Amino acid sequence: MLLNAEAAKAGQPRAPGADSPAPARESVVPNPESDPKIAVAGLNFYYGPNRVLDGVTLKIHPNQVTALIGPSGCGKSTFLRSLNRMNDIVPGTRVEGSILIDGQDIYAPSVDVVDLRRRVGMVFQKSNPFPKSIFENVAYGLRINRMTRSREELGGRVEASLKAAALWDEVRDRLHASALSLSGGQQQRLCIARALAVEPEILLMDEPASALDPIATQRIEELVYQLKDRYTIVIVTHNMQQAARVSDVTAFFWLGKLIESDLTNKIFTAPAEKLTEDYVTGRFG
Amino acid sequence: MSRTSRRKLLSALFVGFCALSVLLALVPLALILFFVVSQGIQSLNVAFFTHMPAPVGEAGGGMANAIVGTLILTALGSIFAVPIGILSGVYTSEYGGTRLASAIRFAADTLNGVPSIVIGVFVYGIAVLPFKQFSAMAGGLALGIMMIPIIARTTEELLLLVPGTMREGALALGATRARAVFSVVLPAALPGIITGVVLALARIAGETAPLLFTAFNNRFFTTKLNQPIASLTVQVYTYANSPYADWHRQAWAGALVLVSIVFLCSIFARLATRRLEAMRG
Ligand SMILES: Nc1ncnc2c1ncn2[C@@H]1O[C@H](COP(=O)(O)OP(=O)(O)OP(=O)(O)O)[C@@H](O)[C@H]1O
Ligand SMILES: [Mg+2]
Repeated sequence: MLLNAEAAKAGQPRAPGADSPAPARESVVPNPESDPKIAVAGLNFYYGPNRVLDGVTLKIHPNQVTALIGPSGCGKSTFLRSLNRMNDIVPGTRVEGSILIDGQDIYAPSVDVVDLRRRVGMVFQKSNPFPKSIFENVAYGLRINRMTRSREELGGRVEASLKAAALWDEVRDRLHASALSLSGGQQQRLCIARALAVEPEILLMDEPASALDPIATQRIEELVYQLKDRYTIVIVTHNMQQAARVSDVTAFFWLGKLIESDLTNKIFTAPAEKLTEDYVTGRFG
Repeated sequence: MSRTSRRKLLSALFVGFCALSVLLALVPLALILFFVVSQGIQSLNVAFFTHMPAPVGEAGGGMANAIVGTLILTALGSIFAVPIGILSGVYTSEYGGTRLASAIRFAADTLNGVPSIVIGVFVYGIAVLPFKQFSAMAGGLALGIMMIPIIARTTEELLLLVPGTMREGALALGATRARAVFSVVLPAALPGIITGVVLALARIAGETAPLLFTAFNNRFFTTKLNQPIASLTVQVYTYANSPYADWHRQAWAGALVLVSIVFLCSIFARLATRRLEAMRG
């Protein structure tokens, strides 16, 4: 560990933790001038009297993967769920500060939450397919949002979404089988397909691979990498290597505060904060 | 005696007592089934299902009117109770923390405990007296009132068992709250709810008291909903109270048919649940 940290300090591109190689690819430098897709400013979040997010300010740029890391309970999920207002359904919660998506405040009274959630898709930590057929799972969002005009169009969109989620080849012959008959990894890709079907602009993923084996995890990671061409992706992960592999920007949370956010390379090799360094090198957390 | 062998003995005794209690609990069921089947089977024949009751003193005859009557009454009861029961179950599970929900829950439990004869008298007051007419409709209403709390409570419990992540999944795709409940949460709980409905049916199919003042009885075959209608339970009650040995035999046969209906309902409920669950893999 210590060696690792030394290496990191020396600016050598060295992934933290294990013997894994350095992050495979160069992060795309976000143009600070360009408009962010999501701009969070001074976000405080309360569950009843407990403040679990404390003045979080963060810009998330389009067509990039932003990884949220930090120890358990630091507020990553809460932050993620405030981006599509999923926390609204938890009684007794309160939000302060602002979250702008494309410059529009999503907590403004005029905002239609249902429409917001269609634009900001979400994939959950534990895959949660509906107890319906594979086809119906993907078609669900299209149906409720009345996004297709004909049966053929619906079928086409379902197929395209399953392809985008790299699941089509495995399920093409059994689209009408129960979604619960799929393996865990397939179920998670089905949930991704389901989210993609309604053509969101942003995809929020809360530890999407935490319950999966290494091969299924790898498939999800490849998928995330491919999807960023079309979507803005925010992903929560506990796995440092995963963050290093898939993300362009990494944001480190600690006790409800955003300690540091920067290019992933930089966070893992030369973080500005001591706390970040201790965390990514595995000294705590 | 060593310590361990004493503990083993105590444990064996305890298990023995448990087994004995189970046996004792099953004895009445076995006896009921034995008597109903052995007595009922003697008078059970095709005529019992196809013929009308014979006039006093004449042998033979059947309960065709009562069998159809019971089916009509339970169907009417379900038509009243299933939508109301399921919707109020949805309400109490969705708005579980509110005062109204607690009030509904309390009301349902109380209604469940109201003696069925009282429900019969109540329906007599609201659905028989004003029309000066006993009717199948009133009977169905009385049975429906008895089913509502059972269905409502079962629905609520089953909805609460559906993982919250399922609902969140629907909301995250842009579903409204109502849409999420009716298109995802409710279908997920459906097999259990069907079982609950069928068991409620089985329970009320055997009710006599609420029918005495509402559907009353009818010696003739009818399917008119605004007329008094016969039912197996009332017919069994009437026949069993009569002084004629032949009617007593008919009453046993009626009891057997009733028990069989309840039994079939339970089996159907199990099969339906298993089927639906198998469909989801
Ligand atoms: N529904 C809730 N009601 C009350 N407190 C909550 C609720 N959900 C989360 N919290 C609290 O908010 C804090 C942040 O939780 P959150 O789930 O955002 O953490 P996290 O960073 O996602 O953790 P993990 O890595 O374990 O998923 C924790 O202290 C947690 O106890
Ligand atoms: Mg979390």
